[in-house]
Amino acid sequence: MNLPIYLDYQATTPVDPRVLEAMMPFFTNAFGNAASRNHSFGWSAEGAVQQAREDIASLIGASPKEIVFTSGSTEGINLAIKGVAEMYASKGKHIITSQAEHKAVLDTCKHLEKLGHPVTYLVPDSTGRISVEAVAEAMREDTVLVTVMWANNEVGTLNPIREIGALCHEKGVLFFTDGTQACGKVPVDVEADNVDLMCLSAHKIYGPKGVGCLYVRRRKPRVRLVAQIDGGGHERGMRSGTLNVPGIVGLGKACAICRDELDESMQRLGSLRDHLEARITSELDFVHLNGNKEHRLPGNSNLSFPYVEGESLLMGISDIAVSSGSACTSASLEPSHVLRSMQVGDDLAHSSIRFGIGRFTTKEEVDYAADKVIEAVRRLRAMSPLYEMAQEGIDLASVNWQAEH
Amino acid sequence: MNDIYLDNAATTRVASEVRAAVLPFLEDSFGNPSSRHPVGARAAAAVDDARRAVATALGARPEDVVFTAGGTEANNLAVLGLARARKRHGRHVLIGPTEHPSVRAAAFALRDEGFDVEVLLLDEGGELDVDDLARRVREDTVLVAQMMTNNEFGTIYPVDRVARIVRANAPRAAVHVDAVQAIGKVELSLGETGAHSLAISAHKIHGLKGTGALVLTPDAKPRPLVFGGGQERGLRSGTENVAGIVALGVATRMAVEHVRATAGQPATLRERLRTELARVDGARLLDPGRLRSPAIAAILLPGAPAEVWMHHLEERGIYTSVGSACQAKAKEVPPGLRALGLDDDEARRVLRMSFARDTREDEVVAAVDALVEIERTLGVVS
Repeated sequence: MNLPIYLDYQATTPVDPRVLEAMMPFFTNAFGNAASRNHSFGWSAEGAVQQAREDIASLIGASPKEIVFTSGSTEGINLAIKGVAEMYASKGKHIITSQAEHKAVLDTCKHLEKLGHPVTYLVPDSTGRISVEAVAEAMREDTVLVTVMWANNEVGTLNPIREIGALCHEKGVLFFTDGTQACGKVPVDVEADNVDLMCLSAHKIYGPKGVGCLYVRRRKPRVRLVAQIDGGGHERGMRSGTLNVPGIVGLGKACAICRDELDESMQRLGSLRDHLEARITSELDFVHLNGNKEHRLPGNSNLSFPYVEGESLLMGISDIAVSSGSACTSASLEPSHVLRSMQVGDDLAHSSIRFGIGRFTTKEEVDYAADKVIEAVRRLRAMSPLYEMAQEGIDLASVNWQAEH
Repeated sequence: MNDIYLDNAATTRVASEVRAAVLPFLEDSFGNPSSRHPVGARAAAAVDDARRAVATALGARPEDVVFTAGGTEANNLAVLGLARARKRHGRHVLIGPTEHPSVRAAAFALRDEGFDVEVLLLDEGGELDVDDLARRVREDTVLVAQMMTNNEFGTIYPVDRVARIVRANAPRAAVHVDAVQAIGKVELSLGETGAHSLAISAHKIHGLKGTGALVLTPDAKPRPLVFGGGQERGLRSGTENVAGIVALGVATRMAVEHVRATAGQPATLRERLRTELARVDGARLLDPGRLRSPAIAAILLPGAPAEVWMHHLEERGIYTSVGSACQAKAKEVPPGLRALGLDDDEARRVLRMSFARDTREDEVVAAVDALVEIERTLGVVS
């Protein structure tokens, strides 16, 4: 067993050796520019890109022509939301999203708000889930886009995508979902699930960083976008720039593996996750689950350990690589905006840890991590007068709140 | 015979040093630089190293290097971002006569936002007409974008003069230089160009596709195009492409070292090509402008369209191109060729050979041998 133990698979994943193997020829011999139609160097690159399109499409139930390559999900999100908002501005400007979305969605929406697009930020329930009823209630005459993520990156909660998509189609509103955490982890079918636009990212599914794609529906309805990067007219004019051939080949292979191993991986990760949670909750009291027990990514467990200071806990388990929130926001000590939107108190939010279990996680590693967490929490709580009071049955929450006000 | 690849302005082979440097970041050191644990910290340190390498090579501060998904995005970020950041000072934009589509299309997109976008002229020798620039630059000019090295026929434009004229006449304006074809071929530093920003791309200098950078002066301050996690000091959100960035760092360092090591030396390959071309009746090297990149050669061929020559060369395992890869599908005559006084027919007979630092003279000679053979056996001369 190698230390540190990596349990941060929602932040990023190692490249699967099979993916790397598929990419290697494109770092060496077959290095052509896929737009160089002139010569066979360009052709072999073009053929490999086409194969990748097919593999990606088959993972998500799309047609290869509906795949637009990007540099990752952040770009995909920006292209989808701004591209739709600009293209359909004459039809309406209102956008519906949720407070629990990734920063890339929230920051893009905030940018559009400044440009005069009204945005409704739905509040998720305490498990981080958005209900189709909440979306329906927020719909207006001028709503053009609903953007609700498939799976939350911090707490793993799965949203009712199929139902929200059906509602959007009924109302003639476009539906974009950030599929970054869901694709390759849970079944995704853009047809059955009524999705019009969806982004995904290679480095979350054992592919390389710096590449992703955007699914853009071509019929019923045919979605049009204003390109956000101009020049050269690659990707049907939706995204210019020389194609990142090795990266795209890596993304394609990553999707093919995820598709072939989906059922098995869901089962394996789910049971490792359940094992981790069972170990921790059987030995520690007052452990709080952030997220939705029923609708959750198999590899995700977000737990809060009240009466323990989050930073101290992280230091106490320093040979386990975990995150105390989204990787993108954890550099600040602000409580995560996702946990806040779920009305998780600041205390619980500060002591939250996201365990991300993935393809290369072993049961041995999970047991080691569980032991370390249990030991660290016990040690820190032994020094905590608050924990002592809690054990004695004193209602701490109210004491705390009054002290803070 | 081994294949001869003479299309290095489209893309280049990954250098073995680059490949070696990159592999660890696709294998064990795979962390997300934003993660606070050691796996993340290792990735963040690698990104920092690459940032310093690019900054040092181009004479900028590390914090002024913005990594992007490539040259196209870097050019878009410069054109759209710098113009938008200055729009309260004016909405006049000037772009060079032969800009890459990633500059041209981005600039033309600014028209929808109320910008007045004009294209500068070439003079009869194919040189940038700086008098035309001096006449057209205005107090409300907020952006001038002029490429350093032309990707189709290799002219090196006097970007330092452009920057001086702009800075003297339009103090609020930013000067952007697309240096994608310049880096690794000619001396390049942000300070010496006088520009506010330089765009570079990794895969043109033996790095990986999917990475580039915009190198800025401290006062450039473009508006971002991509919003999200706030990476790259808010100028380019999104999880960093660690392997690609590491590759760009190594590739940039090697590219600049190569230029330094060969400074002052004649453009051997290009000159050898010129000499050898005497063997092909009616063929000649085009020499637009005062200075040309040693790495790009536009050849006017006799008789048949360049595409025919190109395919015959390809059958012999020699890879060249007609126009840039990005325009391979377009039918129109590139503006630069028209300015050289070439008519439509001649413009269709221009073949591009582009070299890399590992291109050998005997490969150039072999390419011309093939041209001679094609001319003789197929009788393509009209």
